[in-house]
Parts: sequence; structure tokens; C-alpha cells
Amino acid sequence: MNLSKTLKNGFLIILASLVLTACATQKKTTGQLQGDVYTGSDSVEYLASGVADRVFFATNETVLTTASRETLRKQAAWLRKNSKLTVVLEGHADERGTREYNLALGERRANSAKDYLMTYGISSDRISVLSYGKEKPVDSGSNPLAWSKNRRSVTVKAN
Amino acid sequence: MLFRYLFIFLVLLPIKAFALIEVDITRGNLNPLPVAVSPLSIDKDSKDNFKKILKKENLGSEISTIVENNLKQSGLFNPLNKDAFLQEPDIANLKPRFEDWNLIKAQALVTGKVTFVDEKLRVEFRLWDVLAGKEIMALAFTTVPSNWRRVGHIITDKVYERLTGEKGYFDTRIIYISEEGPKTNRIKKLAIMDQDGFNNKFLTLGNELVLTPRFSPTNQMVTYLSYFRNLPRVYLLDIETGMQEVVGDFPGMTFAPRFSPDGKKIIMSFAKDGNSDIYTMDLENRIVERISNHPSIDTSPSYSPDGKYITFNSDRSGYQQIYIMNSNGKNVKRISFGNGLYGTPVWSPRGDLIAFTKLHKGKFYIGVMRTDGTGERLLTENFYQEAPSWSPNGRVLIFYRETKTNSKGEGFSAKLWSIDLTGYNEKMVETETDASDPSWSSLLSN
Repeated sequence: MNLSKTLKNGFLIILASLVLTACATQKKTTGQLQGDVYTGSDSVEYLASGVADRVFFATNETVLTTASRETLRKQAAWLRKNSKLTVVLEGHADERGTREYNLALGERRANSAKDYLMTYGISSDRISVLSYGKEKPVDSGSNPLAWSKNRRSVTVKAN
Repeated sequence: MLFRYLFIFLVLLPIKAFALIEVDITRGNLNPLPVAVSPLSIDKDSKDNFKKILKKENLGSEISTIVENNLKQSGLFNPLNKDAFLQEPDIANLKPRFEDWNLIKAQALVTGKVTFVDEKLRVEFRLWDVLAGKEIMALAFTTVPSNWRRVGHIITDKVYERLTGEKGYFDTRIIYISEEGPKTNRIKKLAIMDQDGFNNKFLTLGNELVLTPRFSPTNQMVTYLSYFRNLPRVYLLDIETGMQEVVGDFPGMTFAPRFSPDGKKIIMSFAKDGNSDIYTMDLENRIVERISNHPSIDTSPSYSPDGKYITFNSDRSGYQQIYIMNSNGKNVKRISFGNGLYGTPVWSPRGDLIAFTKLHKGKFYIGVMRTDGTGERLLTENFYQEAPSWSPNGRVLIFYRETKTNSKGEGFSAKLWSIDLTGYNEKMVETETDASDPSWSSLLSN
């Protein structure tokens, strides 16, 4: 019984990793996009030398990519160094969604960035969250690249 | 009511026994009813008085033009060219010579008279069945002269109701968001106008971002989202007094507000820590109730007209879909199962349909489905459009549409559009500026 369960679980894990690999190979890097997450530096500003102010998301997603985690780790180090600073995380969505859902999505994106900063010891008192939904695009284009730049959470100094 | 009975009667008996006109509203009307709207007759004194007060050369023709435009816009009527009218307005209103009107193929005729009495505007009008050769409705009322456009809308509502058996939607207003400036830095203002685009008025100055205004059932109040002081919260505005107050002052963002059908509550989303749920606030005692409780995005709530149910969209299945639940939050059921994402559900005033926005394969659709999710019908497809709002009789939907920009990011516009429930009669609603987030009022005179 136990053995079969272990086997089953093992099988599931193998299956899961196969699926993940399949996904990973599908995510082609084309120009400034990986999958449909923006990887370029257009519109990116810097909070300090080497500390980018924003992270980007896939369509309808709020999960942080590896690159986003890297950026947020640098932001966390910068916040630790400047312990009096407070920040607003501004969450945004692209124009390909309904307005109200996008407001919620922007809020969720900014919160996933906030949650990650908190895992590096930044107190939640120092971070507030503000969603703009699709109201403040940085790129006015109606194409996948423009949309990828607009799906973002931007860390803005609040004091 | 009389009309309904007649209609049933009609089906059962040989048609030739009846000459009464009827308008088929059950399908897209490809043969709109030819109707003659005679200019309202006006005596010289009244004409001069109205000219002094309203700066209108001939108020009688001005009002009849409003009626004509309304009837034409509905898609169900074809107002005939006035040049072909043989009878003078005053004589026609006393007793039309039906042969003359028959000759130009008018099936219905509207006549009337407008007078200036005790500083007021008095109007009487009659609706005639040309084929049967008889009067089928007559009505008179008095109002202040500044209401002259509304007079035209009220006449249209009465004519429409008499000929279709459904309430009209012409004496109504649209509240919406006026938009100006580049796409990356839009200035948005709360604005209100008559259903036909006249009497436009801005209600905010554009200093802060405002979104998603919705009328209360009595049309006196509007609830909307404002970013005043960069705190996105649900607000309440009294249109008459201009008083504003925050109602959704929770420790987080409140958004997606709507009134309950009795006007006593506001239902809205509250987002905190990455989770959006649905709440209500009682406007009298300010008691807040949590309605949905799920770690997904629950938003865009809308009550059924009897207040017993709520429809909303949620991504609890992994993607944005439409759900209904009891008004206490119990018995949550998903109703959208087609391909694609579904959002912005709004319950029709008749109670039988839910209008929605659908996103599928890069296209946006406005559609309707029954409240159990069956009978999905997509009315219109475009690059981007969303947020349908029902006319008070549940016959027309107004929504907004945005254009695709070119490779340089130019060419963006946002406009209001309306479409008949049948999928016919799609048209742009003219606005002074770009516009979005329309919400239709209920009938003003009721």
C-alpha cells in the first residue's frame, strides 16, 4: 500500500517535471521577450545604481519570474541599506482585460512583489501598494511587446 | 396592457380583420415602421415667447426633430421626410386627412401642439393609426420651458411604448467617463449627458483619476471610483447638490461599485493583500458585510433586479469566468463555460439575461446569456470593447470601444457605442470628448 503510494507520488513528480521541462522549452526568447514576459530595459528606471525599479509579468499572471526575484532581491538590499525609506509598489496591467478585473490584477501583482520583499526582511509598514490596473500604460502600443512592458509592478520612493 | 392583449388576439384571428399597426420587436427589424412626425404646431405668441427664453426659432419643429431622431436611432422606425408632408401641423393635429399620409406611406402619424401658458411649456400630442384612420393615443402635459428637450424624449417614450408594447428609454441620461490626452497620460472626468448626447456636463475637473460611475435606481446619486489623494476608493456623488463622500474607506482599494436595486446598499470589491472579495455597505447605517470569501479575484458584482442574486466575475477556476450567488454569498455557481474569458456581468432589468464582455483569441465581444449560462449570444466583436450597461427597458446595451494604435502608438480613441439586444442597430454614441465606462439611468419621468 505504502509502496504503491510512494511509487505513485514518484511517478507524479516525474510527470510534473516532464511537464515543466516541456513548458520551459516552449518559452522561447525572442528579442526582448521571454515567453511573453518583458526582459528589456526600455522604460526601466533605477532606484540606485544597479537597482531596477520594476518587474514584469506574463499575461494574466502574478507569479514572479527568476529575473523579477533577482531585481526584488536588489531592491530589498537597497531598502535595508536605507532603512528610513518607504516605498509604494504600483501594480499595472496591460490593456487586454476588463477594467475592473485589471484593477484587481494590478493589486495582486504589486502584492506579490511586496510579499517577496518581505521575505528579505523588509517590514510591511514600509511598503504600500497601489493598483492602477490598465490606467497608466508606459507604452501606448497595441502589440505584444508594448503590452509586456505595461504588465508591471513599479517600486516608487514614497518619502 | 391593452396592446399585449391585442397582440395575443391578433395571432389567433385572420389578420385582415385588423388594421392596427404593430412593430415587431422580437428580431432585428429590417423593415422599420414608416412614421410621420408632423412638426408640433405653435401659435405666434408662444413662438415669440419661447424664442425669447430659449433662443429657438420654432420650438414646435425643434421638439418634433428630437422625436424623429429618437425614433430613427431605435432602429425600429423610419421617420419620413417632412418635405413630403401635405397637411399643415395645426390642421393635422385637429383631424388628419389620412389619405394624404397614406399617400406617403406613413403607417403612424404623430401630431401635436406646443403653447406658452403662465410661463410654462404646455404640450399636447396625438398618435394616429393611418391605415385604420383613427387616433390611438392622446396626451397633454406641462413643464418648465428649459425642459424642452425632455418633452421630446417623453413624447418618444409614449409613442414607442404604444407601438411596441415595451417601455421606452429616451427620457434618460448616460453617466460616463470623459477622456482626453495621450494614452499614457489620460485626463479623466466624470460626465453626464442626455441619452442622445445633448446637455453634456462635466461633474469633476480631471484633477484625479475617476472610473466606473453607476447610477442609483432613482438617478439622484452616482457611485464611482476615485483616486483622490492617490487612494482608490468608492465614492458617492449627489448629482443635484454636488456633495461627494467616500463610502468604501477600507484599509485597501475599494472598486467596482454598483447600487442594489432598492438603492439602499452599495456592492463593491475590496482588495487587500492581493485578494479581491465582494462586500456590501448599507448606506443608512454604514454596516459592512462581506459577501464573497475566496482567495481569488472576485469583482464586477451586479444584483438581479429583485435583489435576490448577485452575478460577478472570478478567476477561482484559474481564469476569469462569470458566477452567480445568492445575495448573502451562498450557493455560488459558475455559469460561463464557453471558450475564452468572461467578465463584467450585468443583470438585465427584465431579469432574464446577463450581458457580459468576453475575450477569446485576441478579440473582445459583448454578449448576453441566460442567467443559468445557457443561450449565449455574441452581439458584437472588436479589437477592444467592454462594460455593457442596459437601457432601462432591457432592449439596448451601451458599452465602450477602444481602437488599436499603430506601430508608433498613435491613433488611440475610446468611444461609446450602443447595440440592440438582437445584435442589430450598432452605432456610435456621439460625445464631446473620448468616452468610456457608460452607465444608463432609469427613466427620469416615472
